[in-house]
Amino acid sequence: MSNNIVIAAVVAGAVGLGAGYALFSGQAPKTVEKETVTSAPAGAGTLDEVRARGKLNCIINTGLAGFAAPDDKGNWTGFDVDFCKAVAAAVLGDATKVNYTTATGKTRFTKLAAGEGEVLSRNTTWTFSRDVDLAQTFIGVNYYDGQGFMVPKSLGVKSAKGLDGASVCIQTGTTTELNLAEFFAGNNMKYNPVPIETNAEAQELYKSGRCDVYTTDASGLYATLMSFDNKDDHMVLPEVVSKEPLGPVVRHGDDQWADIVSWVLRAMMAAEEKGITSANVKELAAKDNKDKEINRLLGKDPLQGISKLGLSPDWAVNVISQVGNYAESFERNLYPLTIQRGLNALSKDGGLHYIPPIK
Amino acid sequence: MTENAYKPGSYPDLPPPPGTVGVYGWIKNNLFSSISNTLLTIISAILLYYLIDGIIGWFLFDAVYDAESKIECRKIDSGACWAVITKRVGQFVYGFYPEAERWRIDISFLTMFIAFAPLLYPDIPKRKWLLWFSLVYPFLAYILIMGGYFGLQKIEYSLFGGFMLTVILGVSGIVCSLPIGILLALGRQSNLTVVRTISICFIEFMRGVPLITLLFVASSMLNYFMPPGTNFSILVRVIIMFTFFSAAYIAEVIRGGIQAIPKGQYEAADALGMSYWQKTRFITLPQALKISIPGIMNTFIGLYKDTTLVVVIGLLDPLGIGRAALADTKWNGLSTETYLFVALFFFVSCFAMSRYSLWLENKLNTDQK
Repeated sequence: MSNNIVIAAVVAGAVGLGAGYALFSGQAPKTVEKETVTSAPAGAGTLDEVRARGKLNCIINTGLAGFAAPDDKGNWTGFDVDFCKAVAAAVLGDATKVNYTTATGKTRFTKLAAGEGEVLSRNTTWTFSRDVDLAQTFIGVNYYDGQGFMVPKSLGVKSAKGLDGASVCIQTGTTTELNLAEFFAGNNMKYNPVPIETNAEAQELYKSGRCDVYTTDASGLYATLMSFDNKDDHMVLPEVVSKEPLGPVVRHGDDQWADIVSWVLRAMMAAEEKGITSANVKELAAKDNKDKEINRLLGKDPLQGISKLGLSPDWAVNVISQVGNYAESFERNLYPLTIQRGLNALSKDGGLHYIPPIK
Repeated sequence: MTENAYKPGSYPDLPPPPGTVGVYGWIKNNLFSSISNTLLTIISAILLYYLIDGIIGWFLFDAVYDAESKIECRKIDSGACWAVITKRVGQFVYGFYPEAERWRIDISFLTMFIAFAPLLYPDIPKRKWLLWFSLVYPFLAYILIMGGYFGLQKIEYSLFGGFMLTVILGVSGIVCSLPIGILLALGRQSNLTVVRTISICFIEFMRGVPLITLLFVASSMLNYFMPPGTNFSILVRVIIMFTFFSAAYIAEVIRGGIQAIPKGQYEAADALGMSYWQKTRFITLPQALKISIPGIMNTFIGLYKDTTLVVVIGLLDPLGIGRAALADTKWNGLSTETYLFVALFFFVSCFAMSRYSLWLENKLNTDQK
């Protein structure tokens, strides 16, 4: 009897191995084929796909205050959502033609790679390995974030340098954990980590006084602060201890699409620089402006190469009239969280956004 | 004396002495039987009053049911801000399903009860006719919910969410996993070595891997295994994973039921010359399934609640919708209200399932215990 079982197990194992081998060996070339389909050569790929569908598939956060959240009617709003709308306005002429697919931090890159969306607009930090190793293209930075600290005012601390010996609520398994350790070690200070899993848990522990300090990205700190009933009792310290350049992402391989998405972002910023808003864009587009860059951006004067992008000359007018310029989007979504422009001001105002000329 | 008028043994029972029965008697015996008990009763009553007063007040009397934002809520009253629920109840129920098409969900949901009735209640009139409807129902529901046929607008799966998503995932998983689980349980007991080995491998693999891992496989890996061009929606992939996962557990529950049947039953069946399938259908399964009801229901309730895990792969079940609502700057910070509401929904559905299983157990009870 036991002999039979052993023989059967061996046979079954061999069959399984054989089947597995056949499956995988047969699969390998197909996978390659699929890759070439999804990352089609420039000019014949993503843009045509989106136009044929009539809708842009955009991958967004499952819910982050200021960046992506559904309103009471079920319409997604937020800073990242505005960018999806802007791309749809440029490509399809209608900012409402977007399918939103929600993704968590863990699934966002696989969803993009699997073709579930053409743009990943989900507060994603630009890092070397994400850019290179995961074969995707970061098309720019739309929000400069950085890790900050929140403390109760009663603690009497005015600077992060005065946090020696504090207990800190920190999310495990994130880059913020490493940043925190480096910051405290660099300043010869000690701290007492209170490891937690989720943002919500951290807020509860912080509110109950289990930890003196709560640390995460500054935008997240402001959102947390907004949720407190007694928000005047807490403050965000001025120090920012890490670089978190957040930006939209597209797949490798379709340069035309990457160009479109990146110039939509730049058009929004250029519009702010030139004082073009959703209110005056139609008027400016109709007349001949002294500033020829405005004319080129709004399609009055020819912008060389625009046909290569496959966009109509009024692409930027659509973006700005339907979504607004960078400042409008920022004010609409992030001012309610009391987030200031800071690093996210244009370079002429002392921020980091420096826009290549529209020529 | 009148007492003598009764024959021996037929003397009527006298009423109990006053103060020992009824509300008064119960209170006297249980709450005020001694000084220390009386003290305890009074202290508990005071404590209960403050507790209940606070809780009920927060839940009902001081609560705000209609407001535009959390700040407005706080201005109106100090209790719970249910406005976050009332303003978004549509989203909690239907997710982002277009408002004009929501009747399709309503119809699918209501007809689901008609489809289930003949399966759940064997005594229902016209059961045979209803069973035909049950057979057609899955296709009907699919067409109604997904659309794309008969002029119905096609709805993207990314718009699915809320309780509707929970019910779709839970019910499909439950319905599909029971037959697969039964087959696996029989397969594991089979004398055919290949069938048995495959069943054991499947069950042990599915039970040995966390559900979250399977969900990640569904959301990211399956794309690579499928031949190019096939585009399973994430919803179907997730339902398949839920089904397999709970089928493995169901199989083990039913195996327990099969093994609890006395050996004499099989031997009697064999002696009558029954074939394997006759034996299974008339002897083994009816008894095994009856024994396994509590275990099966346990697995189903577990599966139903596990559907909340889809939030990790970016599908917005009620919990996900709740979290998204909290990310709206208007409602930021109302986590207690949101989570309580979701908890209430899950409690109601799970409690209903549990009551049904109790009813079924009683109905099938043959007093052989």
